[in-house]
Amino acid sequence: MEPWINAGVALGKLLILANIVLINVAYLVYWERKLSAWAQSRVGPNRVGPAGLLQPFADVLKLVLKEDIVPTQAYKPIHTLAPFLALFVAFTSFAVIPIGPDITIADSAWQAIFGDSFSFAIIPSINPGILYILALTSIGVYAITMSGWSSGSKYSLLGGVRSSAQMISYEISMGFSIAGVVLLAQSLSPQAIIESQSGWMWNIFVQPIGFITFVTAAFAETNRLPFDLPEAEPELVGGYHTEYSSMKFGSFFLAEYANMTTASALIVLLYLGGWQVPYIEKLGLSETLTVIIQVAAFFLKVAALLFFFIWVRWSIPRFRYDQLMSIGWKVMFPLALINLVWVAVIAMIFN
Amino acid sequence: MTLEQVLFGFFALVAVVSAVMMITGKNPVVSALFLVLNFGALSGTYVLLRAQFIAVVQIIVYAGAIMVLFLFVLMLLRPDREQSYFKDKPQMKLLAIIVGVLMLAQIAYAVLSTTTGKVAEEASRIETGTIENIGRELYTTYLLPFEAIAFVLLTATLGALVLSKKKLD
Repeated sequence: MEPWINAGVALGKLLILANIVLINVAYLVYWERKLSAWAQSRVGPNRVGPAGLLQPFADVLKLVLKEDIVPTQAYKPIHTLAPFLALFVAFTSFAVIPIGPDITIADSAWQAIFGDSFSFAIIPSINPGILYILALTSIGVYAITMSGWSSGSKYSLLGGVRSSAQMISYEISMGFSIAGVVLLAQSLSPQAIIESQSGWMWNIFVQPIGFITFVTAAFAETNRLPFDLPEAEPELVGGYHTEYSSMKFGSFFLAEYANMTTASALIVLLYLGGWQVPYIEKLGLSETLTVIIQVAAFFLKVAALLFFFIWVRWSIPRFRYDQLMSIGWKVMFPLALINLVWVAVIAMIFN
Repeated sequence: MTLEQVLFGFFALVAVVSAVMMITGKNPVVSALFLVLNFGALSGTYVLLRAQFIAVVQIIVYAGAIMVLFLFVLMLLRPDREQSYFKDKPQMKLLAIIVGVLMLAQIAYAVLSTTTGKVAEEASRIETGTIENIGRELYTTYLLPFEAIAFVLLTATLGALVLSKKKLD
C-alpha cells in the first residue's frame, strides 16, 4: 500500500471520528443539562429549537462572540497554550480506540485503497496502544497545571496544584487496573484486548474489582464530580479556569466532555468487551450487518457509560481533599493490587 | 531524504532547541515545561529507533509523573533568590564549569568511540523494542541488575517515608 494512500485513509477516518466526537460533545452538554433538570425536577433547556435541541449551537455561538480577556498578571504564552493542550489530549487519545472489528477485504477494487484489511482505529498498528492512551492522559495534567499557574491568580493556582496531585495519585490505580486487563489479554494492543473478551468473558465479570478501581480513576482523571476538586466552584470560584473567558474557556469545557467520551470508550474497550456482541455469530447474519450491529453496540455502550457519568455527577456530593487522597492511596491502590493478584491467579489456573 | 530522516531532523531540532531554552530560561516553570517538550522530542526519536515501549514509558514516567512533581514544587515556590545564587557562592561557578566539562568529555567519548554497525542492525528489526522482548531480557539476562535496581528504589521509598515521618512528629 502506498504511503500517501495510507495517509489519506487515516485522514478520512480522522475527519469522520473527530466530527462524531465533536457533535457528541455538543449534545452531551445538552444531555447533561436535561438530565440535571430531571434530577432536580426542573424543565431544562427548552427554548432554542424543538425541545431545546439547538441549545448547544446557541451556547457555542455565545462563547465565540464573547470578549477574550487575558488578565494582566497572566503569563500570556502559556495561558494561551493551555486550552489547546487540553483539547489536543482529549481528541488524540481517540486515535487508537477501535470502534469496530478489523474487516478482511476480498474485493480487489477496495483492496487498492485499504489494503488487505480495514481497521476502524485511526492508527491501528501501534503495538503498545493502551500505553499510548496512558501517556496522553498523563500529558493531560499539564493543560490544567499550566492554566492554573499561568493565570496569576491564587484560585487558579490552587486548582492547578490540586489537579496535579490528584491525577498522579489516581494514575497509579488506573495503571494497575489496566495491568490486570493486559495480563489477561496478553497484549497491549486494543484490538487484541477486545478480542480476548469474546462471548460473555467481559472483564467486568472476570475482574469486577479492577472495573471499580478503573472507573473511579477515570472519574478522577476527567475531573468529574465527585472528584472535581480542581474546579470546585464553592471554594475556588472556577479553579483552574477562573481566569479564562470566551472560546478559551469553551475549549476547557469541550475538553472535559471529550475526555469523558474518551474515558467511556476506554472503559468499554477494557471492561465491557468493546464492539463485541455476545454470540452474534450464532444468529447467521450477513457479515456487513454483523459489523454494523457491532459498531452500533460500541456506541450504545459508550452512551450508557456517559449516562452513568452524568448520573453520578448529579447524585453524589464532592469529596473533601483529604478524603480524595485517602480514597486514592488507601482504598483504590490496594484494591487495584488485589485485583492484579486475582487476575494472575485466574490466568495461572485457566491458562 | 527519506521520511525517517526528515522526522529525525525535526525531533532532533526540537530536542536541541528546547534543551537550550530550558537552560537559558529565567523562569523556572517555563524551563520545566521546555524540559517536558524535550522529553516529547526524545520519545519521538525513540520511536524512529523502533523502541516503541521506551518511547511511551519516557512520556509516562518522565513527562507524566516526575516533571509534574517538579512543577508542583516550582509553582508553589517563588524562587526569586535564584538569580543571585552564583554571586553568593562564586566557588560554585567553578564547580559547575568542571562538571560541565566532564559531562561534555563523557558525551564526546561516547559519541566518538561507538561504532554504529551493531546498533543499526539491532534497530532495523522492528520487534527489538517491543514489550515482550524487553520483558524477556529483563527477567532472564538482566535479572540480577533488575532486582538490584528494585531494591535501590525500595530503599529510596523507605528513606522518603522516614524523612517525612520525622518532620510530622
